[in-house]
Amino acid sequence: MKTKLLMGNEAIALGAIRAGVNVVCGYPGTPSTEVLETIARERDNGIYVEWSVNEKVALEVAAGAAYSGARTLVTMKQVGLNVASDPLMSLAYIGVKGGMVVLVADDPGPISSQTEQDTRHFARYAHLPVFDPATPEETYTMIAEAFALSEKYSTPVLFRPTTQVCHACASVETDDERYQNKIEGFVKDPKWVIFPRLSYQNHIKIDANETKISQEFSESPYNQISGQGTLGIVGCGVSSTYVTEALSTINTPVKVLKLATPHPFPDKLALQFLQGLEEVLVIEELDPVVEENLLRLCGKLDLAIRIKGKLTKDMPVAGKYSYELVTTALCKFTGQELPQVRPVELPPLPVRPPVLCAGCPHRASFYSVKRAMKKAGQNAVFTGDIGCYTLGNAQPLDMVDTCLCMGAGITIAQGLQLAEPDRKQIAFIGDSTFFHTGISGIINAVYNETDITVIVLDNSTTAMTGHQPHPGTGKTMMGSISEKISIENVLKGCGVTFIAKANPLDLAKAVETVTAAVNHKGVSVVIFESPCIAIVKPNTIQEIKDNCISCKKCIREIGCPAMSVAEEKVAINPHLCYGCQLCGQICPVQAIGGVNK
Amino acid sequence: MRIDCLLAGVGGQGTVLASKIIAQTAIGKQIFARTSETIGMAQRGGCVVSHVRIGDQNCSPAIPQGMADLIIGFEPAEAVRNLGFLKPTGQLLVNTKPIIPVTASLGGIAYQAADIIEYLKNTGHRAVFVDGQKLCAAAGTSKVLNVIMLGVAIKEGLLPFSQEEVLQTISEHLPPKFMELNQKALEIGYNFQQYL
Repeated sequence: MKTKLLMGNEAIALGAIRAGVNVVCGYPGTPSTEVLETIARERDNGIYVEWSVNEKVALEVAAGAAYSGARTLVTMKQVGLNVASDPLMSLAYIGVKGGMVVLVADDPGPISSQTEQDTRHFARYAHLPVFDPATPEETYTMIAEAFALSEKYSTPVLFRPTTQVCHACASVETDDERYQNKIEGFVKDPKWVIFPRLSYQNHIKIDANETKISQEFSESPYNQISGQGTLGIVGCGVSSTYVTEALSTINTPVKVLKLATPHPFPDKLALQFLQGLEEVLVIEELDPVVEENLLRLCGKLDLAIRIKGKLTKDMPVAGKYSYELVTTALCKFTGQELPQVRPVELPPLPVRPPVLCAGCPHRASFYSVKRAMKKAGQNAVFTGDIGCYTLGNAQPLDMVDTCLCMGAGITIAQGLQLAEPDRKQIAFIGDSTFFHTGISGIINAVYNETDITVIVLDNSTTAMTGHQPHPGTGKTMMGSISEKISIENVLKGCGVTFIAKANPLDLAKAVETVTAAVNHKGVSVVIFESPCIAIVKPNTIQEIKDNCISCKKCIREIGCPAMSVAEEKVAINPHLCYGCQLCGQICPVQAIGGVNK
Repeated sequence: MRIDCLLAGVGGQGTVLASKIIAQTAIGKQIFARTSETIGMAQRGGCVVSHVRIGDQNCSPAIPQGMADLIIGFEPAEAVRNLGFLKPTGQLLVNTKPIIPVTASLGGIAYQAADIIEYLKNTGHRAVFVDGQKLCAAAGTSKVLNVIMLGVAIKEGLLPFSQEEVLQTISEHLPPKFMELNQKALEIGYNFQQYL
């Protein structure tokens, strides 16, 4: 036994290695990314790891390996499951041989996601079991339970931590146990081919298994009943930790159910909990999944127990929960007065929103497109996508008019163009997102003779999630160097007739290239190539010279975080500057120059 | 021992690593530790807050309002922003060197550095102020502000660790190539009064 400080995602990763995982696939997405990265770092020769092109691909690769008896893990964030839902829904019917765990990290808040969707719904919808861990330390052994359950019932199993489990750290007791999984190999059998007749039969089997798993979950050591009284409180996942801490301020005795397996709902355990209760308050983030299950049980068995939660407006429907929020709810529920909080009056503080880094090439790319459109007198629409470059919406750039989901920048531009044929539509997409879901949009736009311009922001990495390799980088998670997939060649293959490459940090050339692309009739693409500042080191940095006239054009136009104004003088912070030289190309009096770092 | 410590700063200042060093040092002393932090959209240039909770497994990941024993502010405005977390008897350690966000220069709320420091001096909490820039200059790089701040915290009795215990964590868990630099930074922090 060794106690280690582990992030939840690291504990899950080490737990998966301990559980004998053989194949790990995924697509980066906050807050799930570190699971796969940790396995890649800690793996031995028996484990294969890859960042797949997207979540659908990852899930299918893992399913294939699981058909042969390999233990497999797929990792993604909650919106990634939308991309992977096609294979997942069918795989629930086909099943697996080796244990297969689909890790989907939910993001209450949301902290860095498009939606507050709840993967526990997906579990119910797809008829798959789901684990909902409360703490990092719990995940280490729970992931092994998920693999074992998957093999026992030949079904994929969902594992759904939330941000405050994924990115929290805790003392975790680790051991040297290692499950040795024997891979039998693929055995030909009609059961691997999905046909309507088979699906009908498997639907019946799945339903029977859900009843069995519900009973197993009622005995799970991760679900616990404690306390007593006529008032009951249920905490699911990380919410149960808020309940535990908040209860220290509550004087009324209460009965508590800590729940880690929301589907198939452990009816037997829940009934045991409901015994003798008059009212129950359900504390769960995102959707009222547990609350609805308790209502179902009370309705089915005619129990006169009031179930309170989101549906009764006793708990907020949106946003992440906290100790303060849960304490307030528990006080109200038990009729106790709220603890007094000392009010703190703060002076006015500067806001500090996340911005594109100093030296980020995306800033130059956005600025050059802005300038080109201004010169041409065009009121163009700028469709954005998912990545660091979504931050291009901030002032003063203001270059993201739409953002929906991965790959949608290109397709939304096509739709806008159909409705408004005379307006210029310019779509921005990053290199990793291009490979993820951008290519099908390009093919659709070319084939349907759309007139749009696509700007590929190629910074040679998946920057937002912490610099993962993708097919354009020529690196794999197994440490090998593979042939880079050229974005230019892909575009050529898709039939794009105007493709230009440019360095966004050469402003005049970049503006010229964008202008030519926009003037081209049909799908035109500019590939802006300049690496992310996190993967290159600057040789020079910029400095303000004495002839600065304090016009502040540099600050007004590009909003670089390395620049600020103190006592009416512009200053460049030497610790933040990366020497991209964009500011120098904007200065009307050439008062910004490079110096060696 | 039960300590809730909050570290507040700006993305890139190394607050997260500092929180891990504190938690790891606690674990080295067989004390349970829990941390949580902001990662993702706030990676660079945005506000970063790390919560370190030592000595009780039955707690949630984040420190509740008004319950922190200590706030280590890597930046004065960020220290103020999180003051609501500090309990009445809580203490403050603040780097007085501000990082002015570009929004302040773009016509947003101005950064009144002097007012913010003045405010921090009059909160009624015990507060230790250091000029992080000066201390970093002594170390030769701004990258070690986090270890310097830990050195100051130990010297001032704000954290229940000895210099040796923190150094052991650094030697066991941080890259060996930075060991010499980190050791120097910890020394500078511990002897910060010499650099005033």
